[in-house]
Amino acid sequence: MRYLDEFGDPELARGLVEDILARATRRWTVMEVCGGQTHSLVRNGIDELLAGSVEFVHGPGCPVCVTPLETIDRALAIAGRPEVTLCSFGDMLRVPGSHQDLFQVRAQGGDVRVVYSPLDAVRVAEAEPGREVVFFAVGFETTAPANAMAVVRARELGVENFSMIVSHVLVPPAMNAILSSPRRRVEGFLAAGHVCTVMGTAQYDEIVDDFGVPVVVAGFEALDLLDATRRVVAQLEAGEARLENAYERAVSREGNPRARAVLAEVFALCDRTWRGIGTIPRSGWRLSDAYSGYDAELRFDVGDVRAVESPRCRAGEVLQGLVTPDSCEAFGTTCTPRSPLGATMVSGEGACAAYYRYRSAGTTARSPGRG
Amino acid sequence: MCLGLPGRVVEVVDDRGTPMAVVDFGGVTKQICCAYLPDIAVGEYAIVHAGFALARLDEAAALETLALLRSLGSVADEVGPGGAQAMS
Ligand code: SF4
Repeated sequence: MRYLDEFGDPELARGLVEDILARATRRWTVMEVCGGQTHSLVRNGIDELLAGSVEFVHGPGCPVCVTPLETIDRALAIAGRPEVTLCSFGDMLRVPGSHQDLFQVRAQGGDVRVVYSPLDAVRVAEAEPGREVVFFAVGFETTAPANAMAVVRARELGVENFSMIVSHVLVPPAMNAILSSPRRRVEGFLAAGHVCTVMGTAQYDEIVDDFGVPVVVAGFEALDLLDATRRVVAQLEAGEARLENAYERAVSREGNPRARAVLAEVFALCDRTWRGIGTIPRSGWRLSDAYSGYDAELRFDVGDVRAVESPRCRAGEVLQGLVTPDSCEAFGTTCTPRSPLGATMVSGEGACAAYYRYRSAGTTARSPGRG
Repeated sequence: MCLGLPGRVVEVVDDRGTPMAVVDFGGVTKQICCAYLPDIAVGEYAIVHAGFALARLDEAAALETLALLRSLGSVADEVGPGGAQAMS
């Protein structure tokens, strides 16, 4: 892909690394909110190359990681019912619930299927009217438009045997909570570029004003991340706090208005518990009253679910940027991607998984652009 | 699930009134929904999440950013690599 590949250009990356190192008069603490960006930073070795000037702390932007344990336990209970076909994104299958995961439910005879798009789940429901098809709708503002369209489509097509377990989370309230914490260390943010493709950038004005922190919208390639970091550091060095967009090829101020209109119709704001972090007010979406007929948790009574978290897992601190994964004693020993203790070790967006995949072999700084 | 991927639109199709597109992700093609980006055309690049095109990649903006990045390096030249570091 012509102008896409160039955002991994090692020559330009080297220039940016030098620029940042030359600019910084001290070590700044910068949080990348999105787990996809965590993986790109660690894979490209950017965090190690900039280690003298920037400490990257990894944010809570991993949907698999922050989905509340109770919700996962409830999904497991629903998936175990004989009349139910549970459809899910693939990375939810291995997320540990209190006692088991979806893989184990499937091994015990549960009908659990992986879909690429939530519309596929609607198709399954259409094709198999005798089954109750439930889609496990988790994620941030990026997966929300897809999940919202699934219920809109189900209603349009009159598909009655379709419902969703909805546990959506929102990025700005989480940034707010992190900045409000007495243990706050974050001095600047790389904002998740793909969240902004949907929601636009205006939602960060308040955070910049209220907390006086630079927020720079960042893409996912090595150059995107380096350029955004350079801009955060430049602001910090100048004592400024502004919102900047370093991902202009994909992000506009208003985001995607069509998607936002559907989101406003299908979802309603709610308080949400974030796994490992706790409850953040008005930080999630549930189905709106107009669509509550598609709420699987109302359709299937699974009784009282009491969640038990592994006492050894420090994912909550990892997700708030308080510790890095390698400071967890279980990291790479009793906790690995094959047998994870916490959700941050599971997914392609979890910080523990990023450290395990790219770091555990004792690697040294690599040249950016690789990978 | 949250990883958005850029892909090139190779065909636009209609599925019972819903605009869909066949998108090429570096050799792997998938059918995706364009309800949120109905005017995307063949040959354009889109960011795709969970089977939905959410944003068009603007080539002019991409080239502009690259040009800007190429023109950088001035600060490093002025201060010298690690120059400012030494002050900390
Ligand atoms: S390494 Fe495993 S146990 Fe430790 S914080 Fe990460 S997920 Fe939890």
